Amino acid sequence: MRPFELARPDSLAGAMAAVQAPGAMYVAGGTTIVDLVRAGAERPSRLVDINRIPGLVGVARTEGGFRIGALARMADVAADETVAAAMPAVVQSLRLAASTQIRNMASIGGNLLQRTRCPYFRKPDHGCNKRTPGSGCAAAEGDDKAAAIFGASGACRAVYPGDLAIALIAFDAELEIASAEGEMRLMPLADLHRLPGEAPHLDTTLAAGDLITALRIPASASARRSVYCKVRDRASYEFALVSVAAGLDVDGSGLIRDARLAAGGVGTVPWRLTEAEQALIGTEHGTQAWARAADLAVRDAVPGRQNAYKVDLLKRTLVAVLRNL
Amino acid sequence: MTKSDDPAPDAHEGGAAELTRRDLGKTAMAVTGAVALGAFPVGAEADAIPEILRADDPIPLDLRVNGARLVIEAEPHVSLLDALRERAGLTGTKKGCAQGACGACTVQVDGKPVLSCLTLAALVEGAEITTVEGLADGEDLHPLQRAFIEQDAFQCGFCTPGQLMTGAACLAEGAATSPGAIREYMSGTLCRCGAYPNIVAAVDTAGREG
Repeated sequence: MRPFELARPDSLAGAMAAVQAPGAMYVAGGTTIVDLVRAGAERPSRLVDINRIPGLVGVARTEGGFRIGALARMADVAADETVAAAMPAVVQSLRLAASTQIRNMASIGGNLLQRTRCPYFRKPDHGCNKRTPGSGCAAAEGDDKAAAIFGASGACRAVYPGDLAIALIAFDAELEIASAEGEMRLMPLADLHRLPGEAPHLDTTLAAGDLITALRIPASASARRSVYCKVRDRASYEFALVSVAAGLDVDGSGLIRDARLAAGGVGTVPWRLTEAEQALIGTEHGTQAWARAADLAVRDAVPGRQNAYKVDLLKRTLVAVLRNL
Repeated sequence: MTKSDDPAPDAHEGGAAELTRRDLGKTAMAVTGAVALGAFPVGAEADAIPEILRADDPIPLDLRVNGARLVIEAEPHVSLLDALRERAGLTGTKKGCAQGACGACTVQVDGKPVLSCLTLAALVEGAEITTVEGLADGEDLHPLQRAFIEQDAFQCGFCTPGQLMTGAACLAEGAATSPGAIREYMSGTLCRCGAYPNIVAAVDTAGREG
């Protein structure tokens, strides 16, 4: 592994001082960054260990929902029964992700920032504009079975690989972010991930030194009646081919008051299905509404050579999820 | 943003093509729904600049392994796996894929199974680390080790230390409630010989016999 410097600050201010060096990056659980440094896909000059900074752990109930420290581990939140009762899709997305070992290590903040699993991203002998700007996109002519059907550009079609972010954007989660200038801000998670466009090496809108310190998830009727469904090649320990996070608020007469839908495994960023949500609201919870939502969900899909199956798979997964919700 | 405090970049000098990540962040904050939450001290007022450990310099690491203090020297990029095997001579923990995919390197940190190949040794000072060498109580094998022998839960044996450390945690957490639950808990620990039915039987019987 390419050597790097290490700083282990015990305060937010210390982390901001240490991260000023060019090429410095944060490390929490290390499940992504250590792997990518070893693969040659990331080349940090310095890692800044944020695990000693106080106040970034824990799951707390707030007036409007939950506040989760960025250093809470995936396993901590997956095991939280109060979150499970209030927003089942969020907890299910974590329980269906990665493995026992990785859930014990990976932080919630870092999980949102995990990088693509496009096979070429980790192979420095192939072109990859996300890894090495200007080196081309090997997936354009090569293996695009797992590639995105939404949000791709000529420069990159790599899928955002996570599960948690899919459930979170469906329920309007927000991030608390600390900046290198010493300012805290609150930003919708929906504004975190960048479409690849002409600069696919920039996964997010975070500025140099920005640190996610907490996650806020508002409680709602649709979050309480929600589910996360993940379709994959293996029954466990595998990334999604397609996943759907869905939540419904249905009144006593069967009319849908609120609908939340997002899809994973299909977009270059976590993909909210806004049109399909709008089509469901005000309609009767039933076969007709589900079919219309599924059609709208894939209306803007642009499949490549080997991934057209994702269009049908998304429609069928969406209908199956809504039928059981 | 006003002209007086942030003049527009000179188009002849590169302009938008030279946007930095920080500029992008500012742009994002301007056009998205970000809300200011307050401030915290940074820079000179903070007086909190941490020690920077140099890339090629070994530093002493004060670890707790299998109930004993273990002081080794390692550079910042050394994994817990390499620290155990190469610096401490504890070769029971195996290196399989070295990319977090196979689980052969599983050890327990504060009782929880983790991947030692993706753990930086310098990040687990102060934690209680348990390797397969620490599973037995002296000459008395752990119940799961006995069950592995009774159920013939291995062929080549390379993944066995990782299987044992994952399975022992599964038992300790009370997660071995059914063969399906065991398979799900242990899905990140691969066996290329395909001894899974015997491994699951070993964890299952060890759980029921206590």
